[in-house]
Amino acid sequence: MGLELFNTFILLLLVASALLALRVKDLITASVVFGVYSFLMCLLWAEMGAVDVAFTEATVGAGISTVIMVATIFNLKRKSSD
Amino acid sequence: MDTEVPNMVTAVLADYRGFDTMFETVVVFIAGLALLAILKSSSSSKRIKREHEVEAEPDLIVTNTVRLIVPVIQIFAFYVLAHGHVSPGGGFQGGVLMGASFILVALSWDLDEALARFSLNRCMTVAALGIFIYAGIGLLSMALGGEFLDYAELHKILPVSPEMARYHAMLGVEIGVGFTVAAIMFALYANLSSGGRLRDGL
Repeated sequence: MGLELFNTFILLLLVASALLALRVKDLITASVVFGVYSFLMCLLWAEMGAVDVAFTEATVGAGISTVIMVATIFNLKRKSSD
Repeated sequence: MDTEVPNMVTAVLADYRGFDTMFETVVVFIAGLALLAILKSSSSSKRIKREHEVEAEPDLIVTNTVRLIVPVIQIFAFYVLAHGHVSPGGGFQGGVLMGASFILVALSWDLDEALARFSLNRCMTVAALGIFIYAGIGLLSMALGGEFLDYAELHKILPVSPEMARYHAMLGVEIGVGFTVAAIMFALYANLSSGGRLRDGL
């Protein structure tokens, strides 16, 4: 019961962060929220026993890819409508 | 059991599906090369001043914390790499951690400081060396009479049983994957953050 509650909570946060990453206007915010999404995914995988996949997601998804996306966005000329 | 490796995920990735993993590593290498080629030809050498930029020395607290934490990250990366067939981990994760430690140096000082420690030429050499190690182990087992990446044949030159030969060969190919991934991750960051100019960084 406790684990199911935990899973449901993480899953709800996962869906919320995925929707948020699509909805926010600012690209930097979107990539950081995407990092949060990766980390929640990593928690779910670790809980389900796929520790190797969780490890890869934590290092690549939440770590390197967020840094690389932010680095790329800094080199864009950003023009927002608001 | 065909192999003495306790972590089944690593056994499947590096041994049973070794061919797949080898070309995954090649894909990472080609991605790095392609990015280099695209940004080299499109980057202008003149520096554009960005709006968020300020002239400042690297922060004392940040740099000293990074000085403490980078050796720990690198030792952990080696641990993950070398212990990958016993506990979760392996070449890919260890390599990413190693690349991340250099990215941390580039973020807290500047890109020149990180490139002085791990220049782009050395990056590409190390990345190519990683694939060379992986393919070399495969070809070596071919030369000993087996098939490509059939590590069990290596027991003819190693003083161990065929099962343990697969164990040690898996460590070897993980080291190859780790070399390539670490170098390419840092090369990707170095090129993307500076737009191919390899100066100043973010």
